[in-house]
Amino acid sequence: MTQDENKEGVKGMVNPGRYGIERIAYLLMRLTGLGLLGYFIAHIYETSNILRGRMGWDDFLAMTQTTEGHIFLVLVIGMCVFHTGNGIRIMMGHGGVGVGKPARPDYPYDPASQNYRHKIGIYSSIVLAAVAMMYGMAVMFGE
Amino acid sequence: MAQVSSIADEQAPNPLSASKSVLLRISRFNPEFDESNKFMEFSVPYQKWTTVLEAILDVKKHFDHSVAVRYSCRQATCGSCGMLINGKPRLACFTKISELDSDVVTVEPMNNFPVIRDLAVKFERLFDTHQKIKPYLIRDDTELESDQREFLQSPQELENFIQFANCIKCGLCNSACPTMTTDSSFVGPQALAQAYRYVADSRDKGKDTRLDIIDESHGIWRCHFAGSCSQVCPKGVDPAMGIQFLRGYLLGFRS
Ligand code: HEM
Ligand code: SF4
Ligand code: FES
Repeated sequence: MTQDENKEGVKGMVNPGRYGIERIAYLLMRLTGLGLLGYFIAHIYETSNILRGRMGWDDFLAMTQTTEGHIFLVLVIGMCVFHTGNGIRIMMGHGGVGVGKPARPDYPYDPASQNYRHKIGIYSSIVLAAVAMMYGMAVMFGE
Repeated sequence: MAQVSSIADEQAPNPLSASKSVLLRISRFNPEFDESNKFMEFSVPYQKWTTVLEAILDVKKHFDHSVAVRYSCRQATCGSCGMLINGKPRLACFTKISELDSDVVTVEPMNNFPVIRDLAVKFERLFDTHQKIKPYLIRDDTELESDQREFLQSPQELENFIQFANCIKCGLCNSACPTMTTDSSFVGPQALAQAYRYVADSRDKGKDTRLDIIDESHGIWRCHFAGSCSQVCPKGVDPAMGIQFLRGYLLGFRS
Protein backbone atom coordinates (compact mmCIF):
# COMPACT_ATOMS: atom_id res chain seq x y z
CA MET A 1 0.00 0.00 0.00
CA THR A 2 2.83 2.38 0.81
CA GLN A 3 4.44 1.39 -2.46
CA ASP A 4 4.36 4.14 -5.01
CA GLU A 5 2.44 2.35 -7.69
CA ASN A 6 0.53 -0.01 -5.42
CA LYS A 7 1.68 -2.88 -7.62
CA GLU A 8 0.40 -6.29 -6.61
CA GLY A 9 3.85 -7.84 -6.99
CA VAL A 10 4.66 -11.49 -7.47
CA LYS A 11 1.87 -12.41 -5.04
CA GLY A 12 -0.70 -10.94 -7.40
CA MET A 13 0.97 -12.42 -10.44
CA VAL A 14 0.82 -15.98 -9.11
CA ASN A 15 -2.64 -15.68 -7.55
CA PRO A 16 -4.65 -17.91 -9.90
CA GLY A 17 -8.00 -17.53 -8.19
CA ARG A 18 -9.66 -14.60 -9.85
CA TYR A 19 -9.40 -14.74 -13.62
CA GLY A 20 -10.43 -18.19 -14.79
CA ILE A 21 -8.60 -21.11 -16.36
CA GLU A 22 -6.56 -18.87 -18.71
CA ARG A 23 -4.76 -17.29 -15.75
CA ILE A 24 -4.15 -20.74 -14.27
CA ALA A 25 -2.65 -21.83 -17.61
CA TYR A 26 -0.44 -18.73 -17.51
CA LEU A 27 0.85 -19.71 -14.08
CA LEU A 28 1.35 -23.38 -15.02
CA MET A 29 3.20 -22.34 -18.18
CA ARG A 30 5.63 -20.26 -16.12
CA LEU A 31 6.12 -22.94 -13.48
CA THR A 32 6.60 -25.73 -16.00
CA GLY A 33 8.91 -23.55 -18.12
CA LEU A 34 11.09 -22.81 -15.12
CA GLY A 35 10.88 -26.46 -13.98
CA LEU A 36 11.99 -27.66 -17.41
CA LEU A 37 14.82 -25.14 -17.45
CA GLY A 38 15.93 -26.48 -14.07
CA TYR A 39 15.66 -30.03 -15.36
CA PHE A 40 17.58 -29.13 -18.53
CA ILE A 41 20.50 -27.75 -16.52
CA ALA A 42 20.44 -30.72 -14.16
CA HIS A 43 20.27 -33.01 -17.19
CA ILE A 44 23.42 -31.50 -18.70
CA TYR A 45 25.15 -31.92 -15.36
CA GLU A 46 23.88 -35.48 -15.07
CA THR A 47 25.01 -36.54 -18.53
CA SER A 48 28.42 -34.90 -17.97
CA ASN A 49 28.98 -37.69 -15.44
CA ILE A 50 29.90 -39.88 -18.37
CA LEU A 51 33.31 -38.21 -18.10
CA ARG A 52 33.74 -40.07 -14.81
CA GLY A 53 33.64 -43.34 -16.68
CA ARG A 54 31.17 -46.19 -16.49
CA MET A 55 31.12 -46.43 -12.69
CA GLY A 56 30.44 -42.76 -12.25
CA TRP A 57 27.68 -42.88 -14.85
CA ASP A 58 25.99 -45.90 -13.30
CA ASP A 59 26.32 -44.36 -9.84
CA PHE A 60 24.58 -41.23 -10.87
CA LEU A 61 21.89 -43.01 -12.87
CA ALA A 62 21.05 -45.09 -9.81
CA MET A 63 19.54 -41.91 -8.34
CA THR A 64 16.71 -42.12 -10.86
CA GLN A 65 15.96 -45.68 -9.77
CA THR A 66 14.81 -44.62 -6.31
CA THR A 67 11.22 -43.75 -5.39
CA GLU A 68 12.14 -40.06 -5.15
CA GLY A 69 13.85 -40.32 -8.53
CA HIS A 70 10.73 -41.87 -10.05
CA ILE A 71 8.49 -39.16 -8.61
CA PHE A 72 10.85 -36.50 -9.96
CA LEU A 73 10.79 -38.05 -13.44
CA VAL A 74 6.98 -38.32 -13.35
CA LEU A 75 6.87 -34.57 -12.61
CA VAL A 76 9.23 -33.90 -15.51
CA ILE A 77 6.97 -35.90 -17.83
CA GLY A 78 3.93 -33.91 -16.69
CA MET A 79 5.75 -30.59 -17.06
CA CYS A 80 6.99 -31.54 -20.52
CA VAL A 81 3.58 -32.56 -21.82
CA PHE A 82 1.67 -29.60 -20.39
CA HIS A 83 4.33 -27.09 -21.48
CA THR A 84 4.40 -28.44 -25.03
CA GLY A 85 0.61 -28.73 -25.43
CA ASN A 86 -0.14 -25.35 -23.92
CA GLY A 87 2.90 -23.87 -25.68
CA ILE A 88 1.44 -24.78 -29.07
CA ARG A 89 -1.86 -23.19 -28.04
CA ILE A 90 -0.11 -20.00 -26.91
CA MET A 91 2.04 -19.82 -30.04
CA MET A 92 -1.10 -19.93 -32.19
CA GLY A 93 -2.76 -17.33 -29.97
CA HIS A 94 0.29 -15.09 -30.08
CA GLY A 95 0.07 -15.20 -33.86
CA GLY A 96 -3.54 -14.08 -33.73
CA VAL A 97 -4.88 -17.53 -34.62
CA GLY A 98 -8.11 -18.68 -32.97
CA VAL A 99 -8.54 -15.56 -30.84
CA GLY A 100 -11.88 -14.64 -32.37
CA LYS A 101 -12.96 -11.86 -34.71
CA PRO A 102 -13.65 -8.22 -33.82
CA ALA A 103 -17.38 -7.68 -33.41
CA ARG A 104 -19.60 -5.08 -31.80
CA PRO A 105 -19.60 -6.05 -28.14
CA ASP A 106 -22.83 -6.63 -26.33
CA TYR A 107 -23.69 -7.18 -22.66
CA PRO A 108 -22.45 -9.24 -20.79
CA TYR A 109 -19.34 -8.67 -22.93
CA ASP A 110 -17.89 -12.18 -22.94
CA PRO A 111 -14.48 -11.72 -24.57
CA ALA A 112 -14.13 -13.63 -27.84
CA SER A 113 -10.40 -14.21 -27.26
CA GLN A 114 -11.17 -16.30 -24.18
CA ASN A 115 -13.12 -18.79 -26.27
CA TYR A 116 -13.88 -22.48 -25.99
CA ARG A 117 -11.11 -23.42 -28.44
CA HIS A 118 -8.47 -22.07 -26.11
CA LYS A 119 -10.21 -23.48 -23.05
CA ILE A 120 -10.28 -26.91 -24.70
CA GLY A 121 -6.57 -26.45 -25.52
CA ILE A 122 -5.79 -25.77 -21.86
CA TYR A 123 -7.93 -28.56 -20.44
CA SER A 124 -6.61 -31.10 -22.93
CA SER A 125 -3.01 -30.13 -22.13
CA ILE A 126 -3.76 -30.76 -18.46
CA VAL A 127 -5.51 -34.08 -19.18
CA LEU A 128 -2.73 -35.21 -21.54
CA ALA A 129 -0.12 -34.34 -18.90
CA ALA A 130 -2.05 -36.34 -16.29
CA VAL A 131 -2.38 -39.35 -18.62
CA ALA A 132 1.33 -39.22 -19.49
CA MET A 133 2.20 -39.02 -15.79
CA MET A 134 0.02 -42.02 -15.01
CA TYR A 135 1.60 -43.99 -17.86
CA GLY A 136 5.05 -42.98 -16.58
CA MET A 137 4.14 -44.13 -13.09
CA ALA A 138 2.80 -47.42 -14.41
CA VAL A 139 6.07 -48.04 -16.26
CA MET A 140 8.42 -46.94 -13.48
CA PHE A 141 6.61 -48.26 -10.44
CA GLY A 142 5.14 -51.27 -12.19
CA GLU A 143 8.47 -53.00 -12.72
CA MET B 1 -12.33 1.89 12.92
CA ALA B 2 -13.65 -1.62 13.15
CA GLN B 3 -16.91 -0.29 14.52
CA VAL B 4 -19.73 -0.99 12.12
CA SER B 5 -21.93 1.96 11.39
CA SER B 6 -25.36 1.37 10.00
CA ILE B 7 -27.21 3.62 7.64
CA ALA B 8 -30.39 1.70 8.29
CA ASP B 9 -30.31 2.98 11.91
CA GLU B 10 -29.75 6.52 10.76
CA GLN B 11 -31.83 7.31 7.78
CA ALA B 12 -32.31 4.96 4.92
CA PRO B 13 -32.32 6.56 1.47
CA ASN B 14 -35.65 4.95 0.79
CA PRO B 15 -36.99 3.38 3.99
CA LEU B 16 -40.13 1.95 2.40
CA SER B 17 -38.32 -0.53 0.18
CA ALA B 18 -34.96 -0.95 1.92
CA SER B 19 -34.99 -4.62 2.80
CA LYS B 20 -31.52 -6.15 2.73
CA SER B 21 -28.26 -4.74 3.92
CA VAL B 22 -24.66 -5.50 3.14
CA LEU B 23 -21.42 -4.91 5.03
CA LEU B 24 -19.43 -2.41 2.97
CA ARG B 25 -15.71 -2.37 3.82
CA ILE B 26 -13.91 0.66 2.46
CA SER B 27 -10.14 0.84 2.30
CA ARG B 28 -8.91 4.15 3.77
CA PHE B 29 -5.41 5.32 3.03
CA ASN B 30 -3.74 8.70 2.74
CA PRO B 31 -0.17 8.30 1.50
CA GLU B 32 0.77 11.62 3.10
CA PHE B 33 0.03 10.44 6.64
CA ASP B 34 -0.64 6.71 6.73
CA GLU B 35 1.78 3.80 6.82
CA SER B 36 -0.78 1.35 5.53
CA ASN B 37 -4.47 1.18 4.74
CA LYS B 38 -7.27 0.52 7.22
CA PHE B 39 -10.78 -0.69 6.53
CA MET B 40 -13.88 1.16 7.67
CA GLU B 41 -17.03 -0.89 7.85
CA PHE B 42 -20.58 0.22 7.21
CA SER B 43 -23.86 -1.60 7.08
CA VAL B 44 -25.62 -0.30 3.99
CA PRO B 45 -29.17 -1.08 2.85
CA TYR B 46 -29.49 -2.04 -0.78
CA GLN B 47 -31.97 -2.97 -3.47
CA LYS B 48 -31.62 -5.41 -6.32
CA TRP B 49 -30.43 -2.51 -8.49
CA THR B 50 -28.16 -0.67 -6.03
CA THR B 51 -24.65 -0.27 -7.40
CA VAL B 52 -21.47 -0.35 -5.35
CA LEU B 53 -20.93 3.32 -6.24
CA GLU B 54 -24.35 4.23 -4.86
CA ALA B 55 -23.53 2.40 -1.63
CA ILE B 56 -20.24 4.30 -1.31
CA LEU B 57 -22.03 7.59 -1.98
CA ASP B 58 -24.59 6.66 0.69
CA VAL B 59 -21.74 6.27 3.15
CA LYS B 60 -20.34 9.64 2.11
CA LYS B 61 -23.73 11.28 2.53
CA HIS B 62 -24.64 9.77 5.88
CA PHE B 63 -21.38 8.98 7.67
CA ASP B 64 -18.10 10.13 6.36
CA HIS B 65 -17.86 12.69 3.64
CA SER B 66 -14.08 12.34 3.55
CA VAL B 67 -14.11 8.97 1.73
CA ALA B 68 -12.22 9.72 -1.48
CA VAL B 69 -13.77 8.21 -4.60
CA ARG B 70 -13.66 9.38 -8.21
CA TYR B 71 -16.78 9.17 -10.33
CA SER B 72 -18.73 11.20 -12.81
CA CYS B 73 -21.12 9.59 -15.28
CA ARG B 74 -22.50 6.76 -13.11
CA GLN B 75 -23.16 4.81 -16.30
CA ALA B 76 -19.90 3.07 -17.32
CA THR B 77 -18.97 5.80 -19.74
CA CYS B 78 -16.44 8.14 -18.16
CA GLY B 79 -14.08 5.43 -16.86
CA SER B 80 -13.53 7.14 -13.49
CA CYS B 81 -14.81 4.69 -10.91
CA GLY B 82 -12.58 1.64 -11.37
CA MET B 83 -11.66 -0.07 -8.11
CA LEU B 84 -11.12 -3.51 -6.61
CA ILE B 85 -14.49 -4.87 -5.60
CA ASN B 86 -14.19 -8.10 -3.65
CA GLY B 87 -10.67 -8.48 -5.02
CA LYS B 88 -11.42 -7.96 -8.71
CA PRO B 89 -11.09 -4.77 -10.74
CA ARG B 90 -14.55 -3.51 -11.69
CA LEU B 91 -16.42 -0.26 -12.28
CA ALA B 92 -18.28 0.68 -9.08
CA CYS B 93 -21.12 2.25 -11.09
CA PHE B 94 -21.51 -0.86 -13.25
CA THR B 95 -21.42 -3.45 -10.47
CA LYS B 96 -24.64 -4.19 -8.63
CA ILE B 97 -24.30 -5.35 -5.04
CA SER B 98 -26.87 -8.07 -5.69
CA GLU B 99 -24.76 -9.60 -8.46
CA LEU B 100 -21.77 -10.01 -6.14
CA ASP B 101 -23.63 -12.69 -4.22
CA SER B 102 -21.94 -11.85 -0.94
CA ASP B 103 -22.89 -10.33 2.42
CA VAL B 104 -19.62 -8.44 2.49
CA VAL B 105 -18.46 -6.01 -0.17
CA THR B 106 -14.84 -4.90 0.12
CA VAL B 107 -13.69 -1.95 -1.96
CA GLU B 108 -10.02 -1.06 -2.42
CA PRO B 109 -8.11 1.13 -4.86
CA MET B 110 -7.10 -0.51 -8.15
CA ASN B 111 -3.72 -2.23 -8.14
CA ASN B 112 -0.86 -1.11 -10.34
CA PHE B 113 -1.86 2.55 -10.02
CA PRO B 114 -0.48 4.97 -7.40
CA VAL B 115 -3.07 5.77 -4.71
CA ILE B 116 -4.05 9.41 -4.31
CA ARG B 117 -6.32 8.72 -1.35
CA ASP B 118 -8.69 5.90 -0.38
CA LEU B 119 -10.26 4.67 -3.63
CA ALA B 120 -8.92 7.34 -5.97
CA VAL B 121 -5.83 6.48 -8.02
CA LYS B 122 -3.55 8.41 -10.37
CA PHE B 123 -4.05 7.88 -14.09
CA GLU B 124 -1.01 9.77 -15.39
CA ARG B 125 0.86 6.67 -16.45
CA LEU B 126 -2.12 5.18 -18.27
CA PHE B 127 -2.62 8.45 -20.15
CA ASP B 128 1.11 8.56 -20.96
CA THR B 129 1.20 5.04 -22.39
CA HIS B 130 -2.04 5.73 -24.24
CA GLN B 131 -0.49 8.83 -25.79
CA LYS B 132 2.70 6.94 -26.58
CA ILE B 133 1.01 4.73 -29.17
CA LYS B 134 -0.22 7.84 -31.05
CA PRO B 135 -3.99 7.50 -30.58
CA TYR B 136 -5.01 9.48 -33.65
CA LEU B 137 -5.12 8.95 -37.41
CA ILE B 138 -1.65 9.14 -38.94
CA ARG B 139 -1.48 9.97 -42.65
CA ASP B 140 0.27 12.43 -44.90
CA ASP B 141 -2.83 14.58 -45.14
CA THR B 142 -3.75 14.32 -41.46
CA GLU B 143 -5.32 17.73 -41.22
CA LEU B 144 -8.35 18.26 -43.43
CA GLU B 145 -8.37 21.30 -45.71
CA SER B 146 -11.37 23.54 -45.37
CA ASP B 147 -12.94 22.37 -48.63
CA GLN B 148 -12.58 18.65 -47.82
CA ARG B 149 -15.18 16.34 -46.31
CA GLU B 150 -14.36 13.67 -43.72
CA PHE B 151 -12.18 10.62 -44.60
CA LEU B 152 -14.50 8.02 -46.05
CA GLN B 153 -14.90 4.52 -44.67
CA SER B 154 -17.32 1.70 -45.43
CA PRO B 155 -19.50 0.14 -42.72
CA GLN B 156 -17.52 -3.10 -43.10
CA GLU B 157 -14.25 -1.26 -42.49
CA LEU B 158 -15.76 0.28 -39.38
CA GLU B 159 -16.53 -3.18 -37.97
CA ASN B 160 -12.81 -4.03 -38.00
CA PHE B 161 -12.01 -1.65 -35.16
CA ILE B 162 -15.22 -0.28 -33.60
CA GLN B 163 -14.99 -2.81 -30.77
CA PHE B 164 -11.63 -1.39 -29.71
CA ALA B 165 -12.91 2.18 -29.98
CA ASN B 166 -15.24 1.36 -27.07
CA CYS B 167 -12.39 1.80 -24.59
CA ILE B 168 -13.25 4.30 -21.83
CA LYS B 169 -9.70 4.39 -20.36
CA CYS B 170 -10.90 3.05 -17.02
CA GLY B 171 -7.66 1.11 -16.45
CA LEU B 172 -9.31 -2.09 -15.19
CA CYS B 173 -7.33 -4.10 -17.75
CA ASN B 174 -4.02 -2.64 -16.57
CA SER B 175 -5.03 -3.45 -13.00
CA ALA B 176 -5.80 -7.12 -13.82
CA CYS B 177 -2.75 -7.74 -16.02
CA PRO B 178 -0.20 -10.15 -14.47
CA THR B 179 2.70 -8.38 -16.19
CA MET B 180 1.69 -5.03 -14.70
CA THR B 181 1.89 -6.57 -11.20
CA THR B 182 5.69 -6.43 -11.35
CA ASP B 183 6.69 -4.36 -14.39
CA SER B 184 6.45 -0.57 -14.04
CA SER B 185 7.56 0.04 -17.63
CA PHE B 186 5.18 -2.30 -19.49
CA VAL B 187 3.10 -0.36 -21.99
CA GLY B 188 0.02 -2.29 -20.82
CA PRO B 189 -3.13 -3.81 -22.36
CA GLN B 190 -5.04 -0.52 -22.55
CA ALA B 191 -2.46 1.18 -24.77
CA LEU B 192 -1.77 -1.95 -26.82
CA ALA B 193 -5.48 -2.40 -27.54
CA GLN B 194 -5.60 1.22 -28.71
CA ALA B 195 -2.56 0.66 -30.91
CA TYR B 196 -4.59 -2.06 -32.61
CA ARG B 197 -7.67 0.17 -32.79
CA TYR B 198 -5.75 2.58 -35.05
CA VAL B 199 -3.78 -0.04 -36.96
CA ALA B 200 -7.10 -1.70 -37.90
CA ASP B 201 -8.65 1.60 -39.02
CA SER B 202 -8.73 1.78 -42.83
CA ARG B 203 -8.22 5.57 -42.73
CA ASP B 204 -4.96 5.23 -40.81
CA LYS B 205 -1.52 4.85 -42.38
CA GLY B 206 0.52 4.67 -39.17
CA LYS B 207 0.79 0.89 -38.82
CA ASP B 208 4.58 0.71 -39.14
CA THR B 209 5.09 3.67 -36.81
CA ARG B 210 2.96 2.05 -34.11
CA LEU B 211 4.44 -1.42 -34.55
CA ASP B 212 7.87 0.21 -34.08
CA ILE B 213 6.72 1.88 -30.85
CA ILE B 214 5.41 -1.33 -29.27
CA ASP B 215 8.25 -3.55 -30.52
CA GLU B 216 10.57 -2.92 -27.59
CA SER B 217 11.63 -4.78 -24.47
CA HIS B 218 8.81 -3.45 -22.27
CA GLY B 219 6.39 -3.40 -25.17
CA ILE B 220 4.12 -6.05 -26.65
CA TRP B 221 6.49 -8.98 -25.96
CA ARG B 222 5.73 -8.78 -22.23
CA CYS B 223 2.19 -9.96 -22.93
CA HIS B 224 1.77 -13.68 -22.19
CA PHE B 225 -1.87 -13.94 -23.29
CA ALA B 226 -3.19 -14.63 -19.79
CA GLY B 227 -6.37 -12.84 -20.91
CA SER B 228 -7.22 -11.26 -17.54
CA CYS B 229 -7.49 -7.83 -19.21
CA SER B 230 -10.29 -9.05 -21.46
CA GLN B 231 -12.08 -10.73 -18.58
CA VAL B 232 -12.39 -7.52 -16.57
CA CYS B 233 -13.02 -5.04 -19.39
CA PRO B 234 -16.47 -3.50 -18.76
CA LYS B 235 -16.92 -2.45 -22.40
CA GLY B 236 -16.13 -5.68 -24.22
CA VAL B 237 -12.99 -4.24 -25.79
CA ASP B 238 -11.11 -7.57 -25.50
CA PRO B 239 -7.58 -6.10 -25.35
CA ALA B 240 -6.05 -9.61 -25.46
CA MET B 241 -7.51 -10.14 -28.93
CA GLY B 242 -6.13 -6.86 -30.26
CA ILE B 243 -2.72 -7.53 -28.74
CA GLN B 244 -2.43 -10.98 -30.35
CA PHE B 245 -3.46 -9.49 -33.73
CA LEU B 246 -0.71 -6.89 -33.36
CA ARG B 247 1.80 -9.57 -32.48
CA GLY B 248 0.55 -11.53 -35.49
CA TYR B 249 1.76 -8.61 -37.66
CA LEU B 250 5.14 -8.52 -35.93
CA LEU B 251 5.62 -12.29 -36.16
CA GLY B 252 4.54 -12.42 -39.79
CA PHE B 253 1.37 -14.47 -39.19
CA ARG B 254 -0.67 -11.55 -40.57
CA SER B 255 0.08 -8.86 -43.11
C1 HEM C 1 8.08 -28.42 -27.75
C2 HEM C 1 8.48 -27.92 -26.64
C3 HEM C 1 8.17 -26.50 -26.18
C4 HEM C 1 7.26 -25.59 -26.61
C5 HEM C 1 6.21 -25.74 -27.71
C6 HEM C 1 7.41 -24.41 -25.79
C7 HEM C 1 6.68 -23.25 -25.90
C8 HEM C 1 6.80 -22.16 -25.10
C9 HEM C 1 6.08 -20.91 -25.25
C10 HEM C 1 5.09 -20.59 -26.35
C11 HEM C 1 6.47 -20.09 -24.25
C12 HEM C 1 6.00 -18.66 -24.01
C13 HEM C 1 4.82 -18.65 -23.09
C14 HEM C 1 4.36 -17.26 -22.81
O1 HEM C 1 4.27 -16.40 -23.69
O2 HEM C 1 4.03 -17.03 -21.64
C15 HEM C 1 7.44 -20.80 -23.45
C16 HEM C 1 8.02 -20.27 -22.32
C17 HEM C 1 9.07 -20.88 -21.65
N1 HEM C 1 9.61 -22.11 -21.92
FE1 HEM C 1 9.00 -23.39 -23.38
N2 HEM C 1 8.42 -24.62 -24.89
C18 HEM C 1 8.93 -25.89 -25.10
C19 HEM C 1 9.95 -26.50 -24.43
C20 HEM C 1 10.68 -25.93 -23.40
C21 HEM C 1 11.84 -26.55 -22.75
C22 HEM C 1 12.43 -27.89 -23.13
C23 HEM C 1 12.25 -25.68 -21.79
C24 HEM C 1 13.40 -25.78 -20.80
C25 HEM C 1 14.61 -26.08 -21.14
C26 HEM C 1 11.35 -24.53 -21.82
C27 HEM C 1 11.46 -23.44 -20.98
C28 HEM C 1 10.66 -22.35 -21.03
C29 HEM C 1 10.73 -21.22 -20.11
C30 HEM C 1 11.72 -21.04 -18.97
C31 HEM C 1 9.74 -20.31 -20.49
C32 HEM C 1 9.43 -18.95 -19.85
C33 HEM C 1 8.24 -19.08 -18.97
C34 HEM C 1 7.60 -17.75 -18.67
O3 HEM C 1 8.28 -16.72 -18.67
O4 HEM C 1 6.40 -17.73 -18.41
N3 HEM C 1 10.43 -24.72 -22.81
N4 HEM C 1 7.61 -22.06 -23.98
S1 SF4 D 1 -9.66 -1.78 -22.64
FE1 SF4 D 1 -11.50 -2.04 -21.34
S2 SF4 D 1 -10.68 -2.32 -19.25
FE2 SF4 D 1 -9.04 -1.45 -20.50
S3 SF4 D 1 -9.16 0.77 -20.16
FE3 SF4 D 1 -10.34 0.31 -22.03
S4 SF4 D 1 -12.46 0.01 -21.31
FE4 SF4 D 1 -11.14 -0.10 -19.49
S1 FES E 1 -18.79 6.80 -12.85
FE1 FES E 1 -18.30 6.92 -14.99
S2 FES E 1 -17.60 4.89 -15.37
FE2 FES E 1 -18.35 4.71 -13.36
